[in-house]
Amino acid sequence: MSKSFNNTQPIYLQMIRRICRQVVRGELKAGEKLPSVREMAVQIGVNPNTVQRVYTELERLMIAETRRGLGSFITEDEFRLKQLREDLKSEQIGSFIKDMQETGFSPEEIVEGVRKKLFSTKAGKGV
Amino acid sequence: MSDNIVNFLHVTKKYLGQIALNNVSFDLPRGKIIALVGPNGSGKSTILKLTAGLARPSHGSVTVRGKSANRRIAGEVAYLSELDALYPFFTVEETIKFNAGLFADFDGQKAREILGFMQLEPDKKVRQLSKGNRGRLKILLALSRRAPLILMDEPLAGLDPLVRDSIIKSMISYLDLQEQTVFMSTHEVSEVEPVLDMVISLSKGQIKGMEEVEKIREQRGLSLVDWMKETLAK
Repeated sequence: MSKSFNNTQPIYLQMIRRICRQVVRGELKAGEKLPSVREMAVQIGVNPNTVQRVYTELERLMIAETRRGLGSFITEDEFRLKQLREDLKSEQIGSFIKDMQETGFSPEEIVEGVRKKLFSTKAGKGV
Repeated sequence: MSDNIVNFLHVTKKYLGQIALNNVSFDLPRGKIIALVGPNGSGKSTILKLTAGLARPSHGSVTVRGKSANRRIAGEVAYLSELDALYPFFTVEETIKFNAGLFADFDGQKAREILGFMQLEPDKKVRQLSKGNRGRLKILLALSRRAPLILMDEPLAGLDPLVRDSIIKSMISYLDLQEQTVFMSTHEVSEVEPVLDMVISLSKGQIKGMEEVEKIREQRGLSLVDWMKETLAK
């Protein structure tokens, strides 16, 4: 599974992004326990020190919390989880818009293009 | 105690007048997995042997946990040689028992767990084992020791991808990085990349670069192989 990492970007950032997406998609629920550092390291084939860094960073971002002796858990703070959802949305839309503008599309063209793709094709429904 | 487990200070090593290492200095932090990379003949094995106390520097000093590295540190250092160092007439089980008798820090419980993980048959003679299974057995012996420093000289060399994968997985599963540090030489850079904390690149007996692996990706946007090429081209 480690092959699924891009080897020109820090692994800990890619893991954080992955976990945040799982939270937003609802695969990881509020209050759910994360695997132990060792379990996670074995599962995805990375150094336990990297996983420790991910958990520490998630805690700093208030997305996870560590309970002494029990492990790390996804936060139950609904407000923070909503905020995370908004952050990811805004971040992805932002990078999409930047790409489109750099390619020379106007705001109207972008909106129109997105609307068309989302609502008039079957493919759009699966996205 | 210092945060560094290994210190090389102005170390030069000559073999019969040939310079293997030329005035090398570095410190290794504890609790990390550190790789030593570089072309054949660059001095990787020499560094590991000096660290294990199996060779002495011609000039300079090598210390492990603050003590001069000599044969007396063998109890604190697990050294996995590049060569086949197993007795062919022992069974797997006997090999494990033999090593348990040799080293006070040998953890028999851990050895049995790794035995299962590696799917090695305890009754098989070492001479009957495939090259891959001999590689697995050597790793088992190194990882079963609660030694603060584990040195591995080319643990993946000449082994097929499945064996390499099982060896890397066993390292993640059975190392205790709170207590242990791994220093290994390897050519299989892209395979060990996800498990490394740090890397040192070596060429012609000199250190060309030493960096945290995540920093190489974060600050330079380079993969480890690209970084290696860049440092070795200097």
